[in-house]
Amino acid sequence: MFSNPDLQKLLFGRLTLDAVPLHEPILLITFAMVGLGGVAVLGALTYFRLWGPLWRDWFTSVDHKKIGIMYIVLALVMLLRGFADALMMRAQQAMAFGPNEGYLPPHHYDQIFTAHGVIMIFFVAMPLVTGLMNFVVPLQIGARDVAFPFLNNFSFWMTVSGAVTVMASLFVGEFARTGWLAYPPLSGPAMSPGVGVDYYIWALQIAGIGTLLSGINLIATIVKMRAPGMTMMKMPVFTWTALCTNILIVAAFPILTAVLALLSLDRYVGTHFFSNDLGGNPMMYVNLVWIWGHPEVYILILPAFGVFSEIVSTFSSKRLFGYASMVYATVVITILSYLVWLHHFFTMGSGSSVNSFFGITTMIISIPTGAKIFNWLFTMYKGRIRFEVPMLWTVGFMVTFVIGGMTGVLLAVPPADFVLHNSLFLIAHFHNVIIGGVLFGMLAGITYWFPKAFGFKLDDFWGKVSFWFWLTGFWVAFMPLYVLGLMGVTRRVQHFDDPSLQIWFIIAAFGAVLILCGIASFAITLVVSVLRREQLRDTTGDPWGGRTLEWATSSPPPDYNFAFTPVIHDHDAWWDMKKRGYARPMQGFQAIHMPKSTAAGIILGVLSIVFAFAMIWYIWWLAAFSFAAIAVVAIGHTFNYNRDFYIPADEVVRTEGQRTALLAERV
Amino acid sequence: MATHATPAMNFEPGRNPGVTIPQVDPTTFYDAKGEHHPEGSTMLGFWLYLMSDCLIFAALFATYAVVGRNYAAGPSPKDLFDLPLVALNTSMLLFSSITYGFAMLEMEKGDLSRVQIWLAVTGLFGLAFVGLELYEFHHLIHEGATPQRSAFLSAFFTLVGTHGLHVSLGIVWLVTLMAQVHKRGLVPENKRRLLCLSMFWHFLDVIWIGVFTFVYLMGVLQ
Repeated sequence: MFSNPDLQKLLFGRLTLDAVPLHEPILLITFAMVGLGGVAVLGALTYFRLWGPLWRDWFTSVDHKKIGIMYIVLALVMLLRGFADALMMRAQQAMAFGPNEGYLPPHHYDQIFTAHGVIMIFFVAMPLVTGLMNFVVPLQIGARDVAFPFLNNFSFWMTVSGAVTVMASLFVGEFARTGWLAYPPLSGPAMSPGVGVDYYIWALQIAGIGTLLSGINLIATIVKMRAPGMTMMKMPVFTWTALCTNILIVAAFPILTAVLALLSLDRYVGTHFFSNDLGGNPMMYVNLVWIWGHPEVYILILPAFGVFSEIVSTFSSKRLFGYASMVYATVVITILSYLVWLHHFFTMGSGSSVNSFFGITTMIISIPTGAKIFNWLFTMYKGRIRFEVPMLWTVGFMVTFVIGGMTGVLLAVPPADFVLHNSLFLIAHFHNVIIGGVLFGMLAGITYWFPKAFGFKLDDFWGKVSFWFWLTGFWVAFMPLYVLGLMGVTRRVQHFDDPSLQIWFIIAAFGAVLILCGIASFAITLVVSVLRREQLRDTTGDPWGGRTLEWATSSPPPDYNFAFTPVIHDHDAWWDMKKRGYARPMQGFQAIHMPKSTAAGIILGVLSIVFAFAMIWYIWWLAAFSFAAIAVVAIGHTFNYNRDFYIPADEVVRTEGQRTALLAERV
Repeated sequence: MATHATPAMNFEPGRNPGVTIPQVDPTTFYDAKGEHHPEGSTMLGFWLYLMSDCLIFAALFATYAVVGRNYAAGPSPKDLFDLPLVALNTSMLLFSSITYGFAMLEMEKGDLSRVQIWLAVTGLFGLAFVGLELYEFHHLIHEGATPQRSAFLSAFFTLVGTHGLHVSLGIVWLVTLMAQVHKRGLVPENKRRLLCLSMFWHFLDVIWIGVFTFVYLMGVLQ
């Protein structure tokens, strides 16, 4: 392209036209489809003149409800990408036996399993959890927004930037071929000289900033902004789990930031933290990354436990059994999650005393978790159970998660782990707890709070179809992996020689297709519900007979959530209010102090993508330029002191009047 | 049913939520007077940020502890560290903390120009610290003790450099705040920001005490 190679290097770093994978038909087709889909979406937005509203009401909004919804949209979009990777892996492993090499060459297969893990954890599970907490927590504690509304918007856009960076690797260059935690020396400069690991590092660093800040934000919100009367032991259980999860985020994510920074120094500067020579120590990476990684598991599962607690008591029309023990169990899990990281690498060879310590702490975690399961069961006992879709997910979770927990205890026994380490048994175990726990929990939560967010329920029939496909699909897809793992089959293998294994992989692939039907049914649920929204309309604000404060306001809630801050006397605050004859306030409305929208978050997000891209491709001038731009925008934003406004009292009167009319229509 | 609950409220707005239950009438379901203004989360939020930053340093200290003696037949702390220079460096940072304290005292009194003077002095001490550190790094690299030489030097440069980067960031923040104080005076927002930077600055001081002790003093003692 350029006659002068030095000039080209100066301008484009190591980016050349070869980086666009024109020779890979699979990627080319994906690119064409994404391109066409993207053009269709952008065209539709332009045609329906939605850019303005989208920008004003969503992208620049600091409203915690809208940010929560945007997080969940991001997660669902990324779920499609992550699941496409899963299907490709299942198809490859089902066919690549003996002379058949399958359709994915090793270098491509390795990128796919790495991308699958990274995307599912960081850009599906995390945004689902953060999104749900963002939407629900302020409503549950009777607050008008989070403690730092701008920071919330900024956190969201940093997460999006991370996701965009991962997606860019699909079409420009490559992604890491290292597995989702990028262990050195494989991820070091000698073994992975390409851009893959750099995409990985920068995507996670950017998204990590967002996660950390949103963790700080939600802790401050829960500690400082609860409605009067809501003592710690009167907080809803979901809020409790959110508090513990965010404490874990603030205490764990800095370690990930630090360890990835050290890995980047090894790669960019040539230091020797994790190299094999000149004093480096690769096992230090594994230790540090799991000091983040194990708490991360609980960061994901605790909010799911919270969701199930809310759903079980709502749909059994009973107080949650053992509220206090539920809270203590959550706190104990939070603490213990820091004392088990070494069980991820018993085979490191740290000796029997160290291994037994971590094996025992790991087994101890099953005690508070078991207590929770019993609490849910006793809540259902003698309750008037309504098997609506959220409750189905909850029961499905209890059955599935218990099995996953038990295989986890098996793996916690160090001698057993020496046999099962890195096998498909492990893969089956963690999918068992992450799909059966986190994902079921998040889908339950989405179904449960959907009417609160949009003002109409999700369609029941398609919701049930989706649930049953997911549940059976999960079992069919992962039980064969337990069997294969016990037979000694290791993870991340692109091709097999022994034809007797093939049948298990074919069954697993069939299970993946069932899950595909589950995802498709969920998409159909969304479409059908939007079409039938008038029949599914929730005018009461309390469609399920709810117990916590979020059901006290309208669906969807007004921007200010509550016209008057509620006063709390009991931990099932809304149930208590209904029981004791609460009457909605009709007069005396005042102007409400609210934060203003700002575009700084999305601008910083876009600049971060540019910065990451420039760093990945060694385009130093662009990196310097975008970094300077980030600094200027960030500092410039601090010169804006005009960050809030008042919703005038007559607007509050109008909004509340509309709700009064809606409620009157129903009677 | 147009009546609404008695608006009898008896809690302190903005203080700890909860704990006031006995005084609240059990038929009060909402704060009709709009007395509840939960604010002042900034300090808690900033503390949480500082603790998370502290964990980054904890990871770097741990890394230094693990590989800090892997000299790879290269130079060791005894061969490299010039304690008098580091002592001078340390005193610059400690002085800067004291002068920041003076700035905060003047802020309490509301004396704008003295606040600015002390902030400027703090910034100069900070610059001196960063300058001396850069001089030290330059000297080490010139002697061949580069971050690429051994795991010990990788960990040393990263730990000390990360602290130096934080101080540099603090100086940028300080200059920004001086401009904002100059523009708007000691308004509540600026006081809050000055307090945050104060916490950041003292935090870096504490971290440096750790660096000075564990890296320099104990390194030379070995």
